[in-house]
Amino acid sequence: MDKHLTEILPAEDLLHMYEQTALCREFEESCAEQYTKGNITGFLHLYSGQEAVAVGSTKALQQDDYILSAYREHAQAIVRGAEPKRVMAELFGKATGLCKGKGGSMHLFNPELKFMGGYAIVGGQFPIAAGLAFATKFKHEGRLVACFFGDAAVNQGTFHESLNWARVWELPVLFICENNFYGIGTEVHRSSALPDIHRRTCGYDVPSERVDGMDAIAVYQAVRHGAEWVREQSRPYLLEAMTYRFRGHSMADPGKYRSTAELELWKSRDPLVNLGKRLVEAGIADQAKLDALRAQAVAVVQEAVKFAEESPWPEDSEVYADIFM
Amino acid sequence: MAEMTYRDAINLALKEEMRRDPLVVTWGEDVALYEGSFKVTRGLLAEFGEERVRDTPISENTIIGVAIGAAMGGLRPIPELMTVNFALLAMDQIINHMTKIRYMFGGQVKLPLVIRAPGGGGSQLAAQHSQSLETFFMHTPGMYVAVPATPADAKGLLKTAIRDDNPVMFLEHELLYNSKGEVPDDPEYLIPFGRCDVKRTGSDVTIVAYSRMTILALAAAEELAKEKIDCEVVDLRTLTPLDSETIVASMQKTGRGVVVEECWRTCGLGAEIASRIYEGCFDVLLAPVQRVSGLDVPMPYSRKLEKLCIPQVADIVAAVKETMSGKY
Repeated sequence: MDKHLTEILPAEDLLHMYEQTALCREFEESCAEQYTKGNITGFLHLYSGQEAVAVGSTKALQQDDYILSAYREHAQAIVRGAEPKRVMAELFGKATGLCKGKGGSMHLFNPELKFMGGYAIVGGQFPIAAGLAFATKFKHEGRLVACFFGDAAVNQGTFHESLNWARVWELPVLFICENNFYGIGTEVHRSSALPDIHRRTCGYDVPSERVDGMDAIAVYQAVRHGAEWVREQSRPYLLEAMTYRFRGHSMADPGKYRSTAELELWKSRDPLVNLGKRLVEAGIADQAKLDALRAQAVAVVQEAVKFAEESPWPEDSEVYADIFM
Repeated sequence: MAEMTYRDAINLALKEEMRRDPLVVTWGEDVALYEGSFKVTRGLLAEFGEERVRDTPISENTIIGVAIGAAMGGLRPIPELMTVNFALLAMDQIINHMTKIRYMFGGQVKLPLVIRAPGGGGSQLAAQHSQSLETFFMHTPGMYVAVPATPADAKGLLKTAIRDDNPVMFLEHELLYNSKGEVPDDPEYLIPFGRCDVKRTGSDVTIVAYSRMTILALAAAEELAKEKIDCEVVDLRTLTPLDSETIVASMQKTGRGVVVEECWRTCGLGAEIASRIYEGCFDVLLAPVQRVSGLDVPMPYSRKLEKLCIPQVADIVAAVKETMSGKY
């Protein structure tokens, strides 16, 4: 099958996906280091292991489609095009951050990129995504809204209210569940009567499918198909990407509720390693090329940290700015 | 000028603004086909069509969340909550999202939306449908709070709210919908936020009130005038921004003050206003500021008990006399 990778996407796009995956991995691992140094404080939820979802999805969406996500969203923003140095500066709480240091890790936002926010109340982004979809449909802009969320968010009322609403109002929302099996330390089957999240949409007449969230190319294909359907039908669709986070819920979580064997099994499916392997097997890249892309990612992240370190703190007067227009 | 009800003044403001700006849209439970539980949205569906005037599922949190998203996407939504009591189901979107989004995203987005919500007590609707929650909203930074007392103010404040680029909580009083008053015809009749309206001038006592409490305060002032007590009635009109300056200026003149609030007394907005008076003009005070408040109880159904819980004209008269009693 891999011989035919280029039938799915041109070689340069596949290489770009590898480059993005590497960048996300390096960025998140660097965040962990900066957290231990005390340069990043507050809550910090890292994405390592889940990169295929952001990378595959974003490649399949159009650049002016809206994206919303939850609070594990650094990679979503960076893959969309946010400058790593401005994301890092935001995490440092500096004036040069994406949101002037007022949002931090959980609240990245970049309207020029149609990256409409990281939301840290579980499930809070669902109705907002529906509202953006209404606005874009009302204005005949032809956009859709990709709304990312975790597996544990589906037991919030907003999930059910928004799925129902999006179907009744016929809104172009592509709901993308990143099912990493755990809401903090509670495994899906312990919180959801029906752990197959994609099957929970039937009460709202919203079609859905499940995809391997460790495989960026599979995610790309599923999102592309889902996005086309949403655009054509102007109705919601849900994808459930099965994925895994290699780290705890946040930096405060040692992840003791998961066995080493389980973690190792998922690490053997590392989306970065596996995408690289497939590119080599398909003759799109050799190891030297992959190494060079990884080295480039390391350099970008080092530069981002330097930028964040050297950036100024916000002025005190900023505390009252941006409440009202 | 034309005489019309508070309900029709709000309806007119909605129609004028929807005619002026095609991006103004409205939705809520039964606002379109049924024309609203209080008939405030009468005629809107017929004039503006089902794209702009929409019925929704009974999902209050999502009614507000969809409005937030639509505002981010460039529309100017006016979601209606059937009553303000249901705002409590939407507090996640109102407090955690609507009032935070602009700030936590570094000012990169504006949220021009107006939440309309009728509230207040006095119709024997019992504990879950009679609340006055204005303090909850006033307490939270990130939204304006408008509380009109008259048809003219309702029109002018709502038009300002719709044209403003910030989130506004527009609190209508259910018992005022049938009240009548002169309303300017001018489609540009806009009342700026953050300016009290001195609805009656006087020299002895300042009565600070808002929404229906202003009407009661004016009635109390009439009664007191018969006893040669000359009251000034300051109508807040917006709780956020709060025009402390006008309140303090009135107190400088009278030296005596009564704050009338329909909400619960404990940590109510009356305490905040009294505090601002103490901070602003302690040296001129002739008596402690009196509060006339809703009782700190869930609203009972029985009309005899309900009346005890909501400020009455007689309560205001008594409070004014207390400030004049000379015992301070």
